[in-house]
Amino acid sequence: MSAFWRVVWIVAKKDLAIEARSRELLNTTVFFALSCVIVFSVSFVGEGGDGRALGDAAAGILWIAIAFSGTLALGRTFERERYGDTLRALLLAPGARPAVYVGKLVGVVGLLLATEIIIVPLVALLFQARLFDHTLLLAALLGFGTVGFACVGTLFAAMLGRARSRDVLLPILLYPVTIPVMIAGVRGTAALIQPTPQLDMARLWIMLLLSFDVVFLTLSLWTFESVMTE
Amino acid sequence: MRKAFVPLLAVAGFIFMTAPILVTRAPYESTMGLVQKIFYFHMPPAMLMLLSAIFCGIISAIELIRKRPVYDWIAYAAAELTVLYGALAMVTGPLWARKAWGVWWVWDPRLTMSLLLWMVFVSYLLLRRYGGPGSETLAAGLAVFGMATSPFVYLSVNIWRTIHPLTTVVPTLPVDFALPLWYAFTGFLLLYIALMTLRVRIEEQRALVDQLYLESEE
Repeated sequence: MSAFWRVVWIVAKKDLAIEARSRELLNTTVFFALSCVIVFSVSFVGEGGDGRALGDAAAGILWIAIAFSGTLALGRTFERERYGDTLRALLLAPGARPAVYVGKLVGVVGLLLATEIIIVPLVALLFQARLFDHTLLLAALLGFGTVGFACVGTLFAAMLGRARSRDVLLPILLYPVTIPVMIAGVRGTAALIQPTPQLDMARLWIMLLLSFDVVFLTLSLWTFESVMTE
Repeated sequence: MRKAFVPLLAVAGFIFMTAPILVTRAPYESTMGLVQKIFYFHMPPAMLMLLSAIFCGIISAIELIRKRPVYDWIAYAAAELTVLYGALAMVTGPLWARKAWGVWWVWDPRLTMSLLLWMVFVSYLLLRRYGGPGSETLAAGLAVFGMATSPFVYLSVNIWRTIHPLTTVVPTLPVDFALPLWYAFTGFLLLYIALMTLRVRIEEQRALVDQLYLESEE
């Protein structure tokens, strides 16, 4: 087992080290998420002049920004591997294939969490959404949601690595499958920012996200080996 | 299976020709009246879409374990038929909903799940068509994920209220309603099997042509 985690650590460290030096993904992803937020501010801010988003829209804005910028980051992570043809090298390296997958997943989750650390306060600030009243529950929603989104996303982005028109296909394949994450994330966050927060509701959504994570992580680990074999 | 194609198609054709007679003779439903008749052509394709999606997911999972082309042909055919039957359900559903609920569409669990499942299989076909070589395995992975995601969609939207009639009404239907329903269902099922046979045969022939072409090149 320790050999497995060593491969995971090496692959994740490689991705995070590249990212720490260039900051290419973090910079572009955060800026893209900000652009999304600006676009939503046009449609979902009421006439009242208090700058609040209509109804539960702040929760939707947050999660759509995360999903869109996440797709961008996923595509780019594997574009980088494809560019140097290093994905093949990674797969050929001794060590379990699923460990390579988990390593990539850790890298993607780390990047998305870093983006969220910037985006969440920004949405809270720009739309006067009370996102930080229950920080722990929000962190759980975001954490489990990100893992769910990223575990499907990493597998799909990896397997699309050698497909034609992969840039278009990634969101097309990814969004219908990860819609439960979006539903649970948006509804859970909306439950937290109500004038009277519905904590039980948020906990229910967190449990749903957790079970989604377990099922899809298992499926990804099981399919990664066979979909990546040429 | 190949020999069964013509008889299957003939029986399915006969059922589709005679089903309207049974549907006309079925009694009017007390609250919805004439509109309810669309039920006989809505539920069978909707149910077959779900079964077909599950079938495609299972076949794809088998394909991932033991890579034999025949599983790929069956999975591809099942995915196409899922999209076809889904389109049938998606056209008849809103027509009924408009009269029964007053709106074309509601975001109820069953509707949302069906739409998403249908979208997963449309994306499956898009991947097969535009993914280039090697997309069969990727599509198999997608089908497995698509199958696994639908219970989650159902569960997560179910936390809101649902207005779609429950499927538990089906076994308790009075025989006047049940007869035309299962008659139409049989028709759709036979058509499904006939189309599946045809589609698998096309893929088989295509693979054979490719192989012959490669051999003649050498």
